[in-house]
Parts: sequence; structure tokens; C-alpha cells
Amino acid sequence: MALKTGASFVKLNAFRRAARLLSTRTRPETAQNGGGKIAEFPGARAPYVSEMKFFNETSYEPIPIYRVMDNNGQIIDKNEEPNLDKATLINMYKTMVQLSHMDKILYESQRQGRISFYMTNYGEEGIHIGSASALSPKDLVFSQYREVGVFLYRGMTVTELVNQCYGNCEDPGKGRQMPVHYGSKHHNMVTISSPLGTQMPQAVGAAYAYKRVPNNDRCVICYFGDGAASEGDAHAAFNFAATLDCPVIMLCRNNGYAISTPTSEQYRGDGIASRGPALGLHTLRVDGTDTLAVHNAVKRARDFTVANNKPVLIEAMAYRVGHHSTSDDSSAYRSVEEIQKWTKDESPLQKFKLYLEHKGYWDAETEKAWSKEARDTVVRTMQEAEKKKKPNWKEMLEDVYYEMPPRLQKQMKQMEEHLKKYPEHYPLNQHESD
Amino acid sequence: MTSLSTKSIVFHKLIRNVNNYAKRMSSHFIYYPDKERPVDGETTKMNMMQAINNAMDITLKNNPTAVLFGEDVAFGGVFRCALGLQEKYGKDRVFNTPLCEQGIAGFGIGLATAGATAIAEIQFADYIFPAFDQIVNEAAKARYRSGGEYDSGALTVRAPCSAVGHGGLYHSQSPEAFFAHVPGLRVVVPRGPIAAKGLLLACIRERDPCVFLEPKILYRSAAEEVPVEDYTLPLGKAQTLRVGAAATLVGWGTQVHVLLEVADMARDKLGVSCDVIDLQSILPWDEETVCNSVKKTGRCLISHEAPLTSGFGAELAATVQEECFLHLEAPIARVTGWDAPFPHVFEPFYLPDKWRCYQALIQLINY
Repeated sequence: MALKTGASFVKLNAFRRAARLLSTRTRPETAQNGGGKIAEFPGARAPYVSEMKFFNETSYEPIPIYRVMDNNGQIIDKNEEPNLDKATLINMYKTMVQLSHMDKILYESQRQGRISFYMTNYGEEGIHIGSASALSPKDLVFSQYREVGVFLYRGMTVTELVNQCYGNCEDPGKGRQMPVHYGSKHHNMVTISSPLGTQMPQAVGAAYAYKRVPNNDRCVICYFGDGAASEGDAHAAFNFAATLDCPVIMLCRNNGYAISTPTSEQYRGDGIASRGPALGLHTLRVDGTDTLAVHNAVKRARDFTVANNKPVLIEAMAYRVGHHSTSDDSSAYRSVEEIQKWTKDESPLQKFKLYLEHKGYWDAETEKAWSKEARDTVVRTMQEAEKKKKPNWKEMLEDVYYEMPPRLQKQMKQMEEHLKKYPEHYPLNQHESD
Repeated sequence: MTSLSTKSIVFHKLIRNVNNYAKRMSSHFIYYPDKERPVDGETTKMNMMQAINNAMDITLKNNPTAVLFGEDVAFGGVFRCALGLQEKYGKDRVFNTPLCEQGIAGFGIGLATAGATAIAEIQFADYIFPAFDQIVNEAAKARYRSGGEYDSGALTVRAPCSAVGHGGLYHSQSPEAFFAHVPGLRVVVPRGPIAAKGLLLACIRERDPCVFLEPKILYRSAAEEVPVEDYTLPLGKAQTLRVGAAATLVGWGTQVHVLLEVADMARDKLGVSCDVIDLQSILPWDEETVCNSVKKTGRCLISHEAPLTSGFGAELAATVQEECFLHLEAPIARVTGWDAPFPHVFEPFYLPDKWRCYQALIQLINY
């Protein structure tokens, strides 16, 4: 079965064959009325059969998980090893380490009450760096909130990210959104919003706009979690992407949980990937802890989607090692043993590090030095971010509209007069003033 | 001009006859064509559907990034507003989407994010609610939350709204008040072809996301001489259609025509004249025009088809009360749909028709 040999699955020709096999093998093996006559209903092209058979989630083989290296960082099939140069590989790993230190320190700073909220990326660093390294910087990114590695890889600095978490005067978002709601026009990263799944049909629309640009060489990538995939917007996005032929990569981070809800309570089918072929999307499932596998998958998907204006769905399997957010204690709904298993054996950082060590690109000493530098960068940045004032309170009423309507101008004036009268009751000294 | 006004009188009579003939279908108003033109130059007779089609035609012609999409727009749309546009501009610019309103709105936001001009059609305003999250949480807040780095300004969502004679619960709603509570959105309702063309072109070009609600009963029943050339009408501005001293009558969409007739009735039967104001923009709305009028007349009647409680009339009334307290000589009157779902066979009893408005005006004047 082509479906069972995961390594060749990523090759699109093989995939097309596999898709064909997938559909034919599930046909009931009974005599067909009219010699397999294809029905002429406008809604589906299928043969008639005289035996009744219901289809369910067990009618199909599970979609296999594409892997390039094993848990020890050894390449399984040499043909699948991407040709990434030393500098790129080191940059990828360094970004992962930087991300993990940023997570650790900002998580703790929330615990100390220095920022109001934080969400870590533990266990999913491979998805971020593997995918970001396969994209063009011109590709537009729509993210959910657990994709900070993509921002870092694209060149956003720790300083810029930390400024957002503090909502200080250097935050491009002007302190209006909760921490981790990053965005950067310069890096083609669309600003994150909290409502889940909303970015998905938006990504499809953006891809449609790109498709219409003459000689387009850009695609759109949209990240979302396994929980968000249950939203109606996810269904809208898959269906619109397929019917309107959009160059978009829908990348699902299936990390097993949506806050406390395990995937067994999220869906009953074969994960998110199985929905792809059902809606007409080219689909691949990949080991999200294997950075090289994610890189290959997204690279192939990008080439395909830009060349053909067809959407691709990638389901990257991972495990959410950290708590959902700083407002969550995940030990209330899952065992410590389970978490430890994934931290120890399936760490994307560990696997990638071992791969680099096998190649002679990295060693314990370099690890130590970079680890220290990465940590120091975050600590230094945080100290600076804390000293910066928050934006002028008037930013509260700017950017609601392109031009401030008279009614809002009036409200601005009201607040101004109020603050003149009662300044001591407001934290004015923490904010920039006129 | 003379021939035009003769024409409009003939048209007027025709509509009146049609209305009398089909009492249950659309008995609640007479269409008052616009006599003033926003721009000089050639005009042609268009109904509102044609005026909207014309505005979209101009947009697609002049703006190569503009696309028009929604359910069934490819063949011209169920109200024919997109008629002929796919043939003219191609299948990649005027196209059907799957039947999914949240998808349509989200897709439109994405187009706008990537720099294209998006005209999304929701088949009936009654079905805009699945897209409420995308419009309220996403389109309206995109500029604010990104510090101005991204916005959805190039998105216009068009939707046919309001009573049509027999639309029942889900082909009659006027949802403007739901959207009027959303900072960042512009909500616009035209009263006829000239206004529809000018306001729709303004919405499409406006740098804020717009919800453009089209009173569907006017698509065919409203016709007037519409300027052929490209023009816009200002958003956030009301239009004063009649000038008077006895009271201020405020409405939008179809209801403007009901109020114009009420003003005529008041003139003929009571010998008083009223200011009649078409609000046009529900959000942001023209506080100055409304309040200046009420300060002059001392009396205010607000009328809309949507239910009373928390309808947009409440916002108007509260503001007028706050701004014109010393000028008010009677409590502000609100004549609206009842606080019930929009019914099928009871539509003539449900609508705030001219008789209900007239009675409220009499009470207002005699207070």
C-alpha cells in the first residue's frame, strides 16, 4: 500500500496515486448495477452499487505521518534530507533556542506579575521554524497565537516582541491588545487576534488577491490549532480555498489539546488531515516534532500552491508540552508522566540538536554559549521594556477609524477635561504625555 | 426640469396605483423620487437595482483590484444587482462563493488585508448574523488592534434589508442597530437610486469597512434620474429633504418616504411644516444636522422599521435629549416596528406606517 510508506508520501505524484488508491479501495467489492455505470447527478460523480454500505472513520486507512529523522536526529531516508546549508541550519536551531528562552523568562515574568498574560510554545518550536524556513519572506502569514517562532525566524527581534507584551510606547500595536498578539507589516505577519479560526477564511481571501496579481510568486500560510479547526470558519476556509482555487497553505498544529479538551472530545474522524481530501485540498500529515519534515512539507506545499493555485492542508502532529496559557494549570486535566514523555523523547529541539551534532555543526560548548546569549538577550530586553513608558492615553481613541469622527473627537475632549480635573486617580505618570 | 417634474408626477401616480392594487404587498409607502442631483451632467432613469449595478460597474472598471462575490452573484444576483458584470469583467472578478456567510465576510477581509477592494454580498441582511463575528470582531477592529498596520477598509458588505411586503421573519429584518454598536464600522442605508449610487461608491472607496444595507423593496419600485458619471455622497452626513418649523422627522431607508408622506399629510391636514431628515449614515451618524434641526423645531419624531427596544432610535433619542434638552417642547417620539419578530401575514400591522407616524406627530404637536 502506497499509503503505508510514509517516506514517499510527500512526493506529489505518489500522493496523487495514493489519493486514487484511497478512493478506489474503499469501494464495496460487489457487482455494480449497469456495469459500474457512473451516475449523472450534478452533485457527485460516482458509480451505482446494489449493496448498501455506510462509510465511517474506519473505512479509510489513517493518513500516515511523514518523518525525515528519528528521535536520535538520524535521517531515515537519505533522499528525504533537505539540502540546507550550515548557516541556515544553525540559524534555525538558534531561533528555536531563542524562542524557548523567551518563553521561559516571559512565562516566569507573568508569574511575578510583570506582564499580564503569556502563552508558551513548548513542543511546537519545530513546526514554527520548519515552516518559516521553507517560506519566502514575501509570503503572507496569518497565525493563531502559538507561532512566535515564525515571527522570530522572519526577523522580528526579541525586543519588538517583548515591547508588545509590555504594551509600551514602542509596541507597534500601541498597547491595545493582550500580550502575544503580535503583528508586523514589515515582515508580512498579519496581526494576531483572539477569536479562534477567524484568520482562516481571511487567509484564503488574501491568497485570492495574490493569485490575481500578474506573475504572482507569493502564497499565504495560515496556522491554526486542532481546536480552532472545529470552528465554522475552518470549514468555510477549506471549502472556499478549494472552490476558489487559492494559493494558500493551511497548517494545523495538532498538539492534542484545546485548553483542557483532548482531541477525543474535539473530533472523531482521522484528525484534521482527513478533512482535506473530503473538501478537495491536497493534504499531508507530518511529524511536527521533526523540523526537517515540516520544512520539506511546507517547501513542497509552497512550490505546489504557487504553481497551481490550489490549496494545501498540512496537519503537523505535536504535543502541547506547556500549559495552555498563564491562566491555565494543565495538571488539572492530564498526567505529569504524559507531559514528561513528550518533553524527554519527542522534543523538537533535542532532535534537531542531535541532527546538527551528527553533522558536526554544533557541540555542547556552542550550546552553552548560545543558551547564555539567548537568555541574556531576553533579560536585557525585558529590563529595557519595563523602563519604557506606555503610549499616550489618547492612543486609546485613535485608529478606530481612518479619520476620527466628530463624536469620537467629542469623547476625547470629555476625557481630556476629566483627566485635568482628576489626574491623581489615573496612572498618567506611566504613560507618555503630549 | 419641467418635463422631469411632470414625469415624476406620472411616476408617482403609477406607483400609487400599483400600491393600491397590491395593498398587502407594498401598501405602506409612496416613493418620493429625488429631485436634486448631486452632480451636473447627463442623467438616465434608473431604479435602485440599476443604480447599485452602475456603482459596481464603475468600480470594477476603474479599480483593477476590485472583486465582487457572494451567493449567486455570478448570474446577476437574486435581486439582479450584479447583472451583466461577470460577462463584462470576467469570472475571476465577479464570482459565486460557497453558501457560507462567515466565509464570505472572512474572505472579504482577507482580500482587503492583501490590498484588494472587496465588495461582498450577503443575500439578505437577515443572513448576515453568521458573519457577525467576522464583521464585529475582525473587520471593525483590524486597524485599531494592529496600531494602524493592517485594516479592512477596502471591504464593503452589501446586504438587502427591510420589509418587502411578504418577507416574514427572515427576509424583512433591519439589523442596523446591531452594527451601530460597533466602533470601527460604517453603516449606511440609502433611500433611493441617486443616494444608493453615491453612497455605495463612497463606501467602496472609504478607508473603513462598511456595511451597506439596501432596502430591497426599493430595488425596482424606486426609479429616478440618476447622474451617469462617477460621484460620491459624503458618509456620516444626513440630508435634510424638507424644511419646516413644527417638528423634526428622522428616518432612513424606506421609512424616509413614509415620513415624507407624513410631512405632506401634516401640511395638508394640520397646516404645519416639518423638517424631514434622511440620516443615511447610521454609524458614524450626523449628530449636528439632527440636533440643529431639533433645536429649531423643538419636537422630534424618530421612525424605523426595526424593533423599538435598543433600536437605533434609542441612540438618537438619548443624544437629542442630552443636546437639545432646553429646546424640547415635547418628549421625543419613536415610531418603530414592535418588539416582536417580523411577522408574515401581520406585516401591515407591524410596520410603523404613515398612520402610526401621523398619529404620533399629532400627539407630539399637541403635547
